[in-house]
Amino acid sequence: MDWAYLFEISLTGIASGGLYALAALAFVMVYKATRVVNIAIGEMLMIGAYLFFTFASMLALPLWLAIPAAVLGAGLLGAVIERTMIRPLLGEPPISVFMVTVGLASVLVGLVEVIWTADQRRLPEFMPNQAIMIGDAFLAPKVFWGAVIAVVFIAAVLLVFRFWRGGVALRATASDQAAAYSMGINVPRVFSLAWVVSAMLAALSGIIVGSIGGISSSMGVFGLSVLVVVIVGGLDSVLGALVGGLCIGLVEALAGAYLGGEYKLLATFIVLVAILMVRPYGLFGTHEIERL
Amino acid sequence: MRIGTLKESYIADAALFDSRTQKVWLAIAAALLLLFPFMASDYWLYLACLVSINVASATGLNILTGYTGLVSLGQAAFMGLGAYTVAILQINVGSPFLLNILAGGFVAMLGGLIVGIPSLRVKGLYLAIATIAASFIAHFLFANMKFTGGTGGLALPPASLFGLVLDTSFRLYWVIVPVTVLMLLGAANLFRTRVGRAFIAIRDRDISAEVLGIPLLRYKLLSFGLSSFYAGVAGGLWAYFFRVVTPESFPLLMSIFFLAAIIVGGMGTILGGILGAVFMTMVPELLKLVFDLLPDSTSLTVYLSPVRTIIFGLLIIGFLVFEPHGLAEVWRRIRRFFHLWPFRN
Amino acid sequence: MDPKHASPGTRSPLLQVDGVTLAFGGVKALSGVSFDVAPGSITAVIGPNGAGKTSLFNTISGFYHPTSGSVRYQGQDITRLPAPKRARMGLGRSFQNIALFRGMTVLDNIKLGRHAHLKSNVLDALFYLGRARREEAELRAEIEERIIDFLEIDHIRHAPVSALSYGLQKRVEMARALAMQPEILMLDEPVAGMNREETEDMARFILDVRAEWGVTVLMVEHDMGMVMDLSDHVVVLNFGQVIAQGDPATVQANPEVIRAYLGSGDVGDLRRKLHATTEVA
Repeated sequence: MDWAYLFEISLTGIASGGLYALAALAFVMVYKATRVVNIAIGEMLMIGAYLFFTFASMLALPLWLAIPAAVLGAGLLGAVIERTMIRPLLGEPPISVFMVTVGLASVLVGLVEVIWTADQRRLPEFMPNQAIMIGDAFLAPKVFWGAVIAVVFIAAVLLVFRFWRGGVALRATASDQAAAYSMGINVPRVFSLAWVVSAMLAALSGIIVGSIGGISSSMGVFGLSVLVVVIVGGLDSVLGALVGGLCIGLVEALAGAYLGGEYKLLATFIVLVAILMVRPYGLFGTHEIERL
Repeated sequence: MRIGTLKESYIADAALFDSRTQKVWLAIAAALLLLFPFMASDYWLYLACLVSINVASATGLNILTGYTGLVSLGQAAFMGLGAYTVAILQINVGSPFLLNILAGGFVAMLGGLIVGIPSLRVKGLYLAIATIAASFIAHFLFANMKFTGGTGGLALPPASLFGLVLDTSFRLYWVIVPVTVLMLLGAANLFRTRVGRAFIAIRDRDISAEVLGIPLLRYKLLSFGLSSFYAGVAGGLWAYFFRVVTPESFPLLMSIFFLAAIIVGGMGTILGGILGAVFMTMVPELLKLVFDLLPDSTSLTVYLSPVRTIIFGLLIIGFLVFEPHGLAEVWRRIRRFFHLWPFRN
Repeated sequence: MDPKHASPGTRSPLLQVDGVTLAFGGVKALSGVSFDVAPGSITAVIGPNGAGKTSLFNTISGFYHPTSGSVRYQGQDITRLPAPKRARMGLGRSFQNIALFRGMTVLDNIKLGRHAHLKSNVLDALFYLGRARREEAELRAEIEERIIDFLEIDHIRHAPVSALSYGLQKRVEMARALAMQPEILMLDEPVAGMNREETEDMARFILDVRAEWGVTVLMVEHDMGMVMDLSDHVVVLNFGQVIAQGDPATVQANPEVIRAYLGSGDVGDLRRKLHATTEVA
């Protein structure tokens, strides 16, 4: 048993888990506020990466402009999405909104292919290039720094939720819109805000993921792993996004290393099925009770 | 205008086509279906067969998702099970063609039952996500098991029926369309009986349904099994039609295609399955036509696929936002207009 | 379903609830609830909101399994029996918040009530001509003659249930419960939200159901007038416990009961008020 190898793989797994956690956070943000399962989260991640590509490579803007521009652009997209296709479906069965996000994923992939073609691209380098060594274990620098950035943002979001009354507003609108309205909460504004923040977090995640592995129109498949992360962690749990992210990152890294690359997604989905059977609401999700 | 359709027995009231005008339209449709292959070009015959296969599969999905309310993104995987079964049997065993199709249906049905087992504990969107997982697991199996030919897939010889080799769209039409019609009839019949009612009850209010006497697990499994049987048969027909089956033949995108088809057509109505499948199959063809008509068309062909993807997504979103009950509802409104004409309401 | 079941009190109880306790985590919805329902009787379960009445119904129906205690029906212990089997044995039910299936017409909803007693399987259904068609036609005939006429809903039989008024929906729900060929009909607040006229119609239906169909009725109700006029036996729940049971007059006079509903106050004065409302009813 090569412990050093195991340690190295695990390290990579945990670090990429941090990235999953950031994307999962974007997902949870929307679910917490609007009860919408956004299956297009991977595609929103992709849009963020492509926006960054446009600003940084195609328009050659400096980094300190390109990154915020991409993130804000994604935020704008999030607002547009919410206003045009999510809000009209308020009150419809959840499956309808879910299908809308499926449609959205298709539209985003198609748009990317039309505007930027389906070819793989590289994002400009902006992270330090030195190899990171923890003891004898090697950690790819991009993965490490990506994880660091992710963790910083997750911590920021956690703090905001903890200390800002908006966090309660978010949960109120999710559980009962009419009641939240009558409490004086501006429900439409909360909805928009949730989608904007979610899109921005997804964009950030996309920039990091894109920096590591390049960008392409099939980047959205990352979203499937994110879906597993949020199911494992609990659809509405921020903490769950973190823990779930780390778990899935680890599982994928180990599966990839010991079984082979094509087993990564399989392993992830087997974990999904197992969790759905044993703890369908995830590790930290709130249990929905059905009344007769 | 339609006045006073009087029924003289309860059996007559429950008939599928209950008015004289409906029966006439039915006869016309049947005549058209019979004459079509003799008048159509190869291309249109090809389309007709493809539409028919899609109608069959969409109807199966409609039973599960539209009528029973169990959202599934695994329809393509079940079709794949049917297709591979047919391919393996035809290549290795050479058993009769109709038997293979039935076997394909049964293997897919087994898959459906397995996927359906957690449906008691796992509900709603969680179930949908579980079916995505099942899709991936199926794809993995197709690509990695020895007798499925791996990533290269399988190529199968054409079917033969009573000595006649079914290797043209014309010949396959005469098998595919009748099978589809039978499947449609079966589905329509289903919802005139207690089994169909149980499915709808499960969709609308499953806990009350149980207290009223419907064993939930049994009927959910039944719905899964039946709908995947339909998918398996459609997959089998698909295999004989295209004659090549690979793991990429039945991607998740195809499941989305069928889900979109029943949304666009109208979930929970037989007509919806038909209209939706026809519409979704024809849209890419229509798109190709439009592209051909545009100037400078050769350099634009690279955009065909992504534009199709965009339109696909827009159709799903558009129908859900503006016409959630689908084309079937639009059709109903048109019919109502003609029934009431010259009155307005 | 025939009149010979109509005479109450002379046979063993149809339904026996014995020491049923239902706990959700730390919360006890029901505590040691015990009572019997005599065949052919009309028994009312009353109590303030949150007393556990619907939880009691849900336990009898089989939606909840009690933490302890037992439910016996027709002499058999059904405590762990799955809900669909209980329906087959003749436990009919209507729901507090109307639980009609919105995707179906009135007729289909009613037909659904008969589900547990029908025989067609999926192959019969797919083929239709033959057993399924026969069964459906017989079912339709019976429902038309016995239920639709009885509840006077023939004018809406093909209407989608979502288009109906509240009162009509309640009646359709009753119809569906009747289609279950019940021996005991459990009605959860059958007249909730109804006006005077609708309430009297429903009261008449309930009495007719007992007289013509021989069905035993167990109902949860808040309308005291209806409870006092119709019931043979009243069970009072408060905070998940039975605080009184007996014939209506006795229960009505019970100070515990009055206190539970109206709080402690001048019992004599409240009792007079209660009499006054039932007189008017």
